[in-house]
Amino acid sequence: MRAINRKLYRDLQDTWGQALAIILVIAAGTSTFVMSISTYDTLVQTRDAYYRDYRFEDIFASLNRAPESLREVIESIEGINKVETRVVASAKLTVADFPEPVLGEVVSIPDFGEPTVNRLYLLQGRYPDPVRDDEVILNQVFANAHNLVPGDSFEMIIKGRLETMRVVGIALSPEYIYQVAPGAIMPDFKRFGVIWMSRDAVGKAFDMDNAFNNVVMTLQPGVNPKDIIERLDLLLEPYGGRDAQEREWQVSHRIFKSDIDQLEQMAGMFSSIFLGVAAFLLNIVVSRLINTQREIIAALKAFGYSNIDIGLHYLGYVGVIITIGLLLGIAGGIWLGIALSNLYMEFYRLPYMEFEFRLSIITIAVMITFLAASVGTLFAVNRAVKLPPAQAMKPEPPAKFRKTLIEKLKVFSLLPQMARMVIRHLSRKPVKASLSIAGIALACSILVVGSFFRDALEFLIDIEFGLAQREDMTIVFTEPSSRNAYYNILNLEGVDYGEVYRSVPVRLVNGHRTYLTGINGYQEQRDLHRPLDTNHEPIDIPTQGILLTDYLGELLDVEVGDIVNVEVLEGRRPVDQLRVAGLVNQYFGIGAYMDINSLNRMMREDDVISGVYLKIDPAYEQQIYHQLKDMPRVANFETNRHIVQAFNDTSAEMVYIFVGFIFGLAVIITFGVVYNTARIALSERGRDMASLRVLGFTRGEISYILLGELVVLTLIAIPVGMIIGRLLSWYMIQEIPKEIFRVPLIIENSTYAISATVVIIASILSGLVVRNRLDHLDLIGVLKTRE
Amino acid sequence: MNENAQDIRQSPVTVFRTLGLTKTYEMGDVKVHALRRVDSELYSGELVVLLGASGSGKSTYMNILGGLDRPTTGEVYYEEHDLTNATESELTEYRREHVGFVFQFYNLIPSLTALENVSIVTEISEDPLDPKDALGLVNLTQRMDHFPSELSGGEQQRVAIARAIAKNPTVLLCDEPTGALDSETGSLVLSAIEQINRELNTTTAVITHNIAISRMADRIIHLADGVITDVEVNTNKVHVKDIKW
Repeated sequence: MRAINRKLYRDLQDTWGQALAIILVIAAGTSTFVMSISTYDTLVQTRDAYYRDYRFEDIFASLNRAPESLREVIESIEGINKVETRVVASAKLTVADFPEPVLGEVVSIPDFGEPTVNRLYLLQGRYPDPVRDDEVILNQVFANAHNLVPGDSFEMIIKGRLETMRVVGIALSPEYIYQVAPGAIMPDFKRFGVIWMSRDAVGKAFDMDNAFNNVVMTLQPGVNPKDIIERLDLLLEPYGGRDAQEREWQVSHRIFKSDIDQLEQMAGMFSSIFLGVAAFLLNIVVSRLINTQREIIAALKAFGYSNIDIGLHYLGYVGVIITIGLLLGIAGGIWLGIALSNLYMEFYRLPYMEFEFRLSIITIAVMITFLAASVGTLFAVNRAVKLPPAQAMKPEPPAKFRKTLIEKLKVFSLLPQMARMVIRHLSRKPVKASLSIAGIALACSILVVGSFFRDALEFLIDIEFGLAQREDMTIVFTEPSSRNAYYNILNLEGVDYGEVYRSVPVRLVNGHRTYLTGINGYQEQRDLHRPLDTNHEPIDIPTQGILLTDYLGELLDVEVGDIVNVEVLEGRRPVDQLRVAGLVNQYFGIGAYMDINSLNRMMREDDVISGVYLKIDPAYEQQIYHQLKDMPRVANFETNRHIVQAFNDTSAEMVYIFVGFIFGLAVIITFGVVYNTARIALSERGRDMASLRVLGFTRGEISYILLGELVVLTLIAIPVGMIIGRLLSWYMIQEIPKEIFRVPLIIENSTYAISATVVIIASILSGLVVRNRLDHLDLIGVLKTRE
Repeated sequence: MNENAQDIRQSPVTVFRTLGLTKTYEMGDVKVHALRRVDSELYSGELVVLLGASGSGKSTYMNILGGLDRPTTGEVYYEEHDLTNATESELTEYRREHVGFVFQFYNLIPSLTALENVSIVTEISEDPLDPKDALGLVNLTQRMDHFPSELSGGEQQRVAIARAIAKNPTVLLCDEPTGALDSETGSLVLSAIEQINRELNTTTAVITHNIAISRMADRIIHLADGVITDVEVNTNKVHVKDIKW
């Protein structure tokens, strides 16, 4: 081995502690990058494969009733690949040991063979026997939530009679990755379940023999779904067809896509922030590390080593460190990516995983890291070689010092000597101090970004369910009903108070922008369900015009005072134009709001209601459930408690899983950075400290000086880091999809405190290592050489 | 009288020539004149001692000769090469091929053994000595696998000398080679330098502020305040072992 390479090898051995810290920073940065992006890729890849393999619908449409013979007509539409006509119906269920109401969505499957569209992935059991009317396949989430397995049974109300249904299979479907009850925004695994039954059995149960009320289809590649939808709508209209929709509007797909988009954004943001931070730190650390070798560089120059030789030598040194860091980071990133992907597979109950790992991810990570390291190295080497070797070989000339402002303050002279030394040194070396602060602050900031999501989502829940939607329970009627239905419910024992609402599915149009949503009409006197303004104060609903969720306003590109076209998708299907009277500050879901009387007028209907919001006495909860279950007019009811629960268990959980991984990596980076800062300070000032020892300073005193600097740097860096963390968090939520919920910029003090604590612990541990080194300084060595 | 010295006087071949060499440093707001219009010549194979007090400009003068620094004004020539206007890479090439340095504080690389510290130079030279032979010349064959931290100051300085001569340089420039050493060890180090000068005929310049040492020189150049005050031909050259200080 050449001597210069041996030097490289021994230098690495000698500085292994620092090298390890750098390796950790790079590895954690790279891991974040590789993990995030490969997890995202994997989810997309797996979803696409699942959709493709299980022929997930491209278009779906609901209608009232059409003869089965229409299927052939639909099939003849050019561009359609496969068509499945189905019967989809709601049914109330009773599951053993579960007193609360359960809503079932019964979906028919062919009597013989598998569905051609939306195939089932049968996990357990078999398909129903077509000659038996009581055999069903359950969606896995629902079956799991109630511990139902093939052989078990439950009860379902069919034509007003309670029938016993037998579970023969458990399955997954691309159609129900998110199993969400009609009208609900969040899935509720226990209170809503998908039930597949053979077509014949469903036909009998719901009077749909030889008829269908739902059709799903796949398209041939390259076909414009808009054209098909147009023809389909014409075809289905006589049968009560409600606008056919593209896959994009399918509920499960929509939420899943929103999650994935969210993951994509988070992956992109966290990756770039972490890798960027790691690169920046690498740059600082490397250049300072090389700075400590300036005399050796000068000697090498004196022997005739060229600047290029020296640059290459240090690039080699740094190269080894970052290569190890990158390898670890890539391996760790893949490992974490697989682990995280597996968690998501389980979370979304995807039948299989296709782990996707793009080589280009590595290339990018490698390039960014090498670039950062090379720039840091070459910059430092360049600075070192620029000095004539004669000058460089002397210890750095006493730097130009000047009394800084802080030292001129009266207070300064009152400080103890040691404290003055700390402040003096830091204030006279502002660039170095700033770089150290920047490093620690960035580490602190990624801890904040890595954990603020929990605060934001909890705040979102507090506002939405503490201030805006304060009802305990929402009741949905089977059809628009008179106020009598409301009074009947109000009379139930345990119901304290109720508010009526009217809900109408609409398409909102502004120019070429459209959005499918519902208009909710509310009564004037509102104490439970209250849209809020930006100050979280209940907003007045005018008797004229419409209120939109602020984000819906953005989507439609309308502002207060603008006109939106409203196309009602129910009843007489009126079309109207409404003035946007205000925007509602809403973190969760999207909607439009009107005065209930105006809405009914627009619908050309009487004083009808779609349901009731209730405040109930918790003691009567179970009793109320039982009574509601027996009311034929009540289609469904949801409790807010369960919605919050569902949100926490699903979309929020998916975020928490991800940021949990991120936070762990941020902690590693923090330790790496703080340790390096402390070690560099030691190597830069080891001589000074030894000299002070020679002059009679105690170990405690020199530790005070050096560690005091670390303390001051850390204490300055923490608030700076918090500010940067807040900015990064703000930047991050700008980019996050807002379809299902919108993350507010809320960072609790506890999050700041946790971030600060991690930094402080890292400082204390690093300080202990440095202290140990300080206790073993070579005093004689200092006397013997130089100066 | 030394045979070499006689040769030089008979037909002195100029190795270094400086004309009006001036060097000023800016130290903060103060200008320091390290050298002021120095005209000088160094001859092939001679051993020159540069004598002067601290701050007299002798290190600056030597650094410029060695291509470690550039004059502010004036000219410096190595043989027929103009070092004044040499590019960075030409200076590097010059140092690599022709100059051996010995520094007051050795400047060994702490992470390399004695042998490796020598090898680091021979590996980039065109016609080097075997590093072991170089260490042999300074009587350190036994200690070649030791790290600098395991060597005494004198041993470290002798490694530095071995390192300087291993490339087989035409000039050997020694900046206070005994500055950090006691007289006994210093004597050993100087003997090594003397031996190199004699046996390899390497033009050698030694900086010192110790007058006694100058007795080993062929010529003594006195510097004070950046100016050559006197150039003295030593007609009574003595061996290092006979010098006491």
